[in-house]
Amino acid sequence: MPAPYDLNDDSVVVIVGSGAGGGTLGTQLALKGIDTVILEAGSRHETWDFINDEWDSFAQLAWKDKRRTSGDWRVSKDFPNLPAWIVKSVGGSTVHWAGASLRFQEHEFKTKTHYGELADANLLDWPIDLTEMEPWYAMAEDRMGVTRTNGIPGLPGNNNFKVMEAGAKKIGYKEVHTGRMAINSEPRDDRGSCLQIGFCFQGCKSGAKWSTLVAEIPKGEATGKLEVRPDCMVLKIEHNDAGKVTGVVYADKEGRMQRQKARMIAVAGNSIESPRLLLNSASSKFPDGLANSSGQVGRNYMRHTTGSVYGIFEKPVHMYRGTTMAGIIRDEAKHDPSRGFVGGYEFETLSLGLPFMAAFLDPGKWGRDFSSAMDGYANMAGMWIVGEDMPRADNRVTLSDEKDEHGMPIPDVHFDDHENDTAMRNHAYKQGAAIYDAVGAVRTIETPPYPSTHNLGTNRMSEKPEDGVVNRFGQAHDISNLFVSDGSQFTTGAAENPTLTIVALALRQADHIAGRMAKGEL
Amino acid sequence: MAKTTLALNRRGFVKAGVGLLAMTVMPSGLIVGNAWAQMPRSAKPDTFAALVQMSRDCYPHEAVADSYYANAVSVLDEAARSSEADLALLEDGVAELDAAAREKGGTDYKSLPDEADRVAILEAMGEADPFFQKVRSNLVVGLYNQKELWPIFGYEGASADQGGYIDRGFDDIDWV
Repeated sequence: MPAPYDLNDDSVVVIVGSGAGGGTLGTQLALKGIDTVILEAGSRHETWDFINDEWDSFAQLAWKDKRRTSGDWRVSKDFPNLPAWIVKSVGGSTVHWAGASLRFQEHEFKTKTHYGELADANLLDWPIDLTEMEPWYAMAEDRMGVTRTNGIPGLPGNNNFKVMEAGAKKIGYKEVHTGRMAINSEPRDDRGSCLQIGFCFQGCKSGAKWSTLVAEIPKGEATGKLEVRPDCMVLKIEHNDAGKVTGVVYADKEGRMQRQKARMIAVAGNSIESPRLLLNSASSKFPDGLANSSGQVGRNYMRHTTGSVYGIFEKPVHMYRGTTMAGIIRDEAKHDPSRGFVGGYEFETLSLGLPFMAAFLDPGKWGRDFSSAMDGYANMAGMWIVGEDMPRADNRVTLSDEKDEHGMPIPDVHFDDHENDTAMRNHAYKQGAAIYDAVGAVRTIETPPYPSTHNLGTNRMSEKPEDGVVNRFGQAHDISNLFVSDGSQFTTGAAENPTLTIVALALRQADHIAGRMAKGEL
Repeated sequence: MAKTTLALNRRGFVKAGVGLLAMTVMPSGLIVGNAWAQMPRSAKPDTFAALVQMSRDCYPHEAVADSYYANAVSVLDEAARSSEADLALLEDGVAELDAAAREKGGTDYKSLPDEADRVAILEAMGEADPFFQKVRSNLVVGLYNQKELWPIFGYEGASADQGGYIDRGFDDIDWV
């Protein structure tokens, strides 16, 4: 039974957000017997509520609250109020994610060491390394049922994969397969196997895809130690004179202000909302926002160096059929500066339905050049580029002068591409086109980055308090009972899709918190 | 700024088209086209007809019937019922297109026979023009989100209600 907790119960852990970080942490704490309340800004939509229609699903699940953008990224021009394509619903962006579950590479935890000083980049080594993370990755993979781990077979390749695989092998790539995916290739964890529906981004209607909504939160709720309270938008974190956080103020479904007391608070609202909340919680004691003595809250916003390549062929592909992202090429993921950039990138299969293709193929474009590409939709194959982008101090989330319906300042997301990002993207565009050309593409198209799905780095982890916001356990350097549990704690972004690392960090954080609590230290 | 090169590395070529719609504006205000007819709700009939032509010029698809473009324009027409500013934007915008068409020796935009002339007028107006933006951006959803035209592009839409593609061709290609 889900546990209901009283607003004045100050013995609960309060977690803001129910996605990969918050949903996992909350569940794991409940499993350890710790009373936990997750406040989720979105509503609760279950598997059977999801919609196999891109725009209708977007209306149901996406975080559509107004945001502002600035900087030289094209998203700011084409989608000035939609910097990110993430989810406002119980389960957060694990409802929308594609399932790619890759461990970071060893050097990616230590980029300052390996990449050296890069002009205009704010690189920093993580205070943890791969060796320390390996057991937590293993636990996360088992929990999420990641294919090609724990003896779980890979997913079968769909048409989109077959095209990419054939092209990749023709140009000499070796590490090409259907990915490490948190999507069941066979029944597991009381969930069935993938039905090749497509629409992975719109919420998996078969339940084969791991999300905190279907695979974590119900287990937490079954303990009687977890309450997930939907439609609760947290506006402010409060603290006492001693500088410990004491609770949160949130707007409930009816827009009424409520105050939930807490013994400890974990922020997991994704990398735009988490710094927004910390900055909006400024007080006379913490005039620059909570946990911000370093001035790093909101800074170092990363979104991965992304882009897509679509190839149009003489014969049908029907790329939208089947698992959206069960296809990967890893040969370019290494760090090899001879390519003209530091860090690496992955190619992953990607498809959009016709409606989103119209919106994202080349936003704003019109005329026969564009429409003839759309005419080739059925014969199109698609791949996504996901690579490491450089943290920059001025790529940041700030509070704008415009307020939302609750009177909370809306966030501004500023992003300028680093020259390393641009060099990497151009390399990937060229290689992606070569892959499709190798199997007879009649046309290839470079598609610019979509609104960000991987939002990272705005409350980064650091060894020294002056370099970042949280320590090696995601605990705020400044406030001992305040934690950050989402991708905003990433020191650097690595080339891999971030969810597996967010989950691994959340499991490790839960272990740490429970241990500290048992010792009476939290 | 990210570079986008839609036409990059293309071995095919883009066919030039004419794409002029056959439309008659009846005295009643009813616009009659090929297998479609529409009574505008707020825009002048000639304005509505011009917007249909402009919509096809923005996203010309030989296989897509005129009626789909008219459906997209009716979204704008309907919205303009409750907004004088929106209506003025449409009427003034089309008036501007018509004036440009007369400079090219035509009677109005929608009857200029050569697609290249019409496209040149749109290009001269510019992508930043609020009227152009309004009409073009409306098409992204107003045209391409019409489920009835998805099969024309080979897109099959929802699949969960049919059990996904696991038994319906998710891996059926044999040409690679």
